[in-house]
Amino acid sequence: MNEQHYQKVLFRRKLVGKVLAFMCVMAAFSAFVLLVVLISKIFYDGWAYLNWDFITNFPSRFPSKAGVLSALTGSLWVIGLTCLIALPVGVGASIYLEEFAPKNRFTKLIDLNISNLAGVPSIVYGILGLVIFVRGFGFGRSILSASMTMALLILPIIIISSKEAIKAIPNATRYAALALGATRWQTVRDHVIPSALPAMMTGIILAVSRAIGESAPLLVVGALGYVAFNPKTPMDSFTVLPIQIFNWAARPKAEFHQLAASGIIVLLVVLLAMNSLAILIRYRYQRKLK
Amino acid sequence: MSKKNTPRNLLMESKDLCVYYGEFKAVKNASIPIYENTVTAVIGPSGCGKSTFVRSLNRMNELIPGVSVTGAILFHDQNIYDSKVDPVQLRRRIGMVFQKPNPFPKSIYQNVAWGPKINGMTESLDDRVEEALKKAALWEEVKDKLDQSGLSLSGGQQQRLCIARAIAMEPEVILMDEPCSALDPISTGRVEDLLYELKKKYTIAMVTHNMQQAARVSDYTTFMYQGDVIEFGETEKIFTRPAKKQTEDYVTGKFG
Repeated sequence: MNEQHYQKVLFRRKLVGKVLAFMCVMAAFSAFVLLVVLISKIFYDGWAYLNWDFITNFPSRFPSKAGVLSALTGSLWVIGLTCLIALPVGVGASIYLEEFAPKNRFTKLIDLNISNLAGVPSIVYGILGLVIFVRGFGFGRSILSASMTMALLILPIIIISSKEAIKAIPNATRYAALALGATRWQTVRDHVIPSALPAMMTGIILAVSRAIGESAPLLVVGALGYVAFNPKTPMDSFTVLPIQIFNWAARPKAEFHQLAASGIIVLLVVLLAMNSLAILIRYRYQRKLK
Repeated sequence: MSKKNTPRNLLMESKDLCVYYGEFKAVKNASIPIYENTVTAVIGPSGCGKSTFVRSLNRMNELIPGVSVTGAILFHDQNIYDSKVDPVQLRRRIGMVFQKPNPFPKSIYQNVAWGPKINGMTESLDDRVEEALKKAALWEEVKDKLDQSGLSLSGGQQQRLCIARAIAMEPEVILMDEPCSALDPISTGRVEDLLYELKKKYTIAMVTHNMQQAARVSDYTTFMYQGDVIEFGETEKIFTRPAKKQTEDYVTGKFG
């Protein structure tokens, strides 16, 4: 190979690298621009109706009096209850599958099915919830039915991401603990779970965020479009923010479209608040581990 | 060496030990004695089964899927592979230090205190931690930063922390699986010095890749090759007057 040829190829190699780097920057930038455009449009539309009354009023047929109180409390109820159901079951299942279950055909089949479940459209979970929880168990069109349906929906995501988090913990840590005469459970409790928790939280944040924004399964389970009271027990009927937003957006009057935008802002704030809480917990644990 | 003439108490003994990974026989009919308050080195080329052998001494090999064992390992005249023996209890008495330093991602204090804590030895825990760190020759370097993470230490310090962690359990035997292979020469020297002190109280079985290390620190040496124990004997003899040709070839560097 002569020097001239080498220089030519080197120039081309570097050029290819630069072009690809530029394309990656553009890809990242376009995602950012899209987000900015979307959010500014929503704020532009929704700003007018966004005040304290909007938060504390029930929905109304008069746009100036309408608010999201019942939808907001409904969303918080559903999410809270969903977390209570899905987190212990999901994290527990992942710990069992990774740390305790024998690795055989049966557990492989379970793994495979959990991955498949993560890809099932959410409306299918809605129908399942309608058949099992609303009718089968007789929970009716209640918050409880909605939360259980939502828990089913996010369980696969939680299990898969928690399993990955546990898998990432090096065996050296487990061996170190077991060589000290620890039991499996002591090892998992004191070393595996604390080390895996930050990564687990990431998956849980994604799963819960999805549940907050989800509307299709709740429509099937029976969230109402107009609720002028706050739910008091898990057996009450309810609505949630995405459904309230959908309801307003579907109306012909332009004022309601603005209300929908205001509702989206509230939904975004709830989402961000919950995410920051989770990130805070994750950060505290990560700092402890260093 | 003068210690040659002192009588040794037999503490552990492997008898016709075979270890299989599935179909593969990694250790073939190993019969090796381990004497109290000595360092026994296991040497041999990569893949000769020396790590597998040492790991079978406290049943750590069971954690690898597909491992099976035949033969016996006697510890105080009790076969540790007997169904009555609980591996959790066994490992409390036979500790282990691994090839790569693996401190827990916790404070230095917690690293040492955790073992005693989960085994219910919580009485004067602070003293126990201090004692263990002193025995591992680490106390002077860490006494002012016990609440710092074990991962903040250098590699050599981390390995001594792992030794302190094992000592805190007051085991009878400490198994070491190439404890210096990830360390620089200075740290290696410190760990080797430590072994000399440790064998006064504990019994040590150590895998090493490094023949000079075996010659420097051990009282007995086992040479393994392709799963077979080729020769076992006093270190001095193995390195100067080996009985087998293969041993001689290996210790003189003709192969391996």
